[in-house]
Amino acid sequence: MKDGVNGVALGVFIFFFVAVTVMGFLAARWRKAENEHSLDEWGLGGRSFGTWVTWFLLGGDLYTAYTFVAVPAAIYAAGAAGFFAVPYTILVYPLIFTFLPRLWSVSHRHGYVTTSDFVRGRFGSKSLSLAVAVTGILATMPYIALQLVGIQAVLDVMGVGGGDSTNWFVKDLPLLIAFGVLAAYTYSSGLRAPALIAFVKDALIYIVIAVAIIYIPIKLGGFDDIFSKAGAAFAQTNPATGKPRGALVPPEAGQWTYATLALGSALALFMYPHSITATLSSRSREVIRRNTTILPLYSLMLGLLALLGFMAIAAGIKVTNGQLAIPQLFENMFPSWFAGVAFAAIGIGALVPAAIMSIAAANLFTRNIYRDFIKPDATPKQEAQVSKIVSLLVKVGALVFVLTMDKTVAINFQLLGGIWILQTFPALVGGLFTRWFHRWALLGGWAVGMIYGTVAAYGVASPTQKHFGGSAKEIPGIGEIGYIGLTAFVMNLVVTVVLTFVLKAVKAPEGVDETAADDYTVDSGDPGVQVELPPATAAESR
Amino acid sequence: MSDAPEVRPPVVTPVRVVIAVCLVAPFVAMLWVGSYAKTDPAFIGIPFFYWYQMLWVLISTALTMTAYKLWQRDQRARAALKGGASQ
Repeated sequence: MKDGVNGVALGVFIFFFVAVTVMGFLAARWRKAENEHSLDEWGLGGRSFGTWVTWFLLGGDLYTAYTFVAVPAAIYAAGAAGFFAVPYTILVYPLIFTFLPRLWSVSHRHGYVTTSDFVRGRFGSKSLSLAVAVTGILATMPYIALQLVGIQAVLDVMGVGGGDSTNWFVKDLPLLIAFGVLAAYTYSSGLRAPALIAFVKDALIYIVIAVAIIYIPIKLGGFDDIFSKAGAAFAQTNPATGKPRGALVPPEAGQWTYATLALGSALALFMYPHSITATLSSRSREVIRRNTTILPLYSLMLGLLALLGFMAIAAGIKVTNGQLAIPQLFENMFPSWFAGVAFAAIGIGALVPAAIMSIAAANLFTRNIYRDFIKPDATPKQEAQVSKIVSLLVKVGALVFVLTMDKTVAINFQLLGGIWILQTFPALVGGLFTRWFHRWALLGGWAVGMIYGTVAAYGVASPTQKHFGGSAKEIPGIGEIGYIGLTAFVMNLVVTVVLTFVLKAVKAPEGVDETAADDYTVDSGDPGVQVELPPATAAESR
Repeated sequence: MSDAPEVRPPVVTPVRVVIAVCLVAPFVAMLWVGSYAKTDPAFIGIPFFYWYQMLWVLISTALTMTAYKLWQRDQRARAALKGGASQ
């Protein structure tokens, strides 16, 4: 938070931003299909993306401001505890390898666009489908909020607006700018925009990481120096809590938290509507499996970026808002022009996923709330129109989270979303493998998980605020501190199983399952699989 | 899951066990935090805790890739079996 504007950095940043925005608008013409006004087209890019595009798209929403700002900031603040993001992403791949191909198959057989579509088809329950949809939309909002915080941090360090100003308008100006740009181009181009921009984003990010991870340690005297300085800093007592600020290695007491955060986040990730959107827009189920074998490269990047948190400490960066640590490190270490490139990488890296997330949440609303409950006879054009408007409303919701929650621990935004979205896991993943669960039991389990999770998270206080101050709490019955989301998930599961036994005993109506066993294993090219592509391109997928 | 009941090869085969192990191993390794919560030995100045987990990114990639290849082969073999039986 230096005074004044860093002109060169800002210039470079604006250059990239304008370039990307232009690309975003042009993206509407990329691989254009015949029926451009349908929801499949706007919201799933015509479901025609191959391995590479899918990879960029998935990477685009997995590695976000969470990776570049929130995780290093968590490390900057507390050390080892923030590194749970690495095991989290490691655990994601075996998980998605197991269940996403089945989801792809059944979705392409029945034309499902969202997880709610699937749940409704599988369990014949509109209320369960509604619960999944509402959860998806709600949980996406804090995740988008995290992206906005990321963009804001970058603008803040460049001297646009910022924390020290007393004028509320100037203070929140970066946020409003970020919000405006995001809203405008998502609205016009749908999923094609972020898919295309993801290439630029990833290229920028790789360059920045490569440079940062080599250049900064050399400048700081190697990892030995970095870690010994960081260790010394963490050993100092925090006046607010009377305990050491953090540790280089999680102490015995923190290990439960570490493991549950990793596992809970991993289970939650592919429940998010946006992750599902990226998956379903791929061309074949093989594309997904192939992808899971190359995606871990992103995890490596995440680990390296996380280490930047230690470098910020070693470089003597002192910020009150931890989110500014990494942008400030870049500003101090890099020449202005390259700092601009790095800021652009972070900014675009937040923008792309935010766009994908809001599109996904909008799809969910349109398909499973608007069409199922409000206007069943909507035309494809109306659906696309409603989606566009809802994608704006979701961003407004995100803005509310930004303005009401503590921005200094941005990682909590994502963890809060995780608490909620994790509660859809039994219905979705359970449903992909078995029809044993009863639909009402799933609904009951979901309700218990949601209520417990929300109440527990509400009750967590932090030094800066009374409610929603953190995402970990004592696990009832075990006594260790663990991720609330995972605790709620276990409760959810127990309630679901118990209720299923009860409901089956009283012979409650099961609902109609419109899917068949072999729907879960088909691939593109099999009979009845919808591949919305001219044959020439579809043939490549085999 | 329950297609063509007449020619069903067994659900659990040695290959599938290997696939399961490949997919479960990362969970065991990563969730057992106590096994790697230490600073030594350091690698180029990075404490064990950090480089070990990053190493696991590579290990889990290799494991997932193995699982993928094995699964592909398994599926192809089964498809051939099924195709041959139905004709």
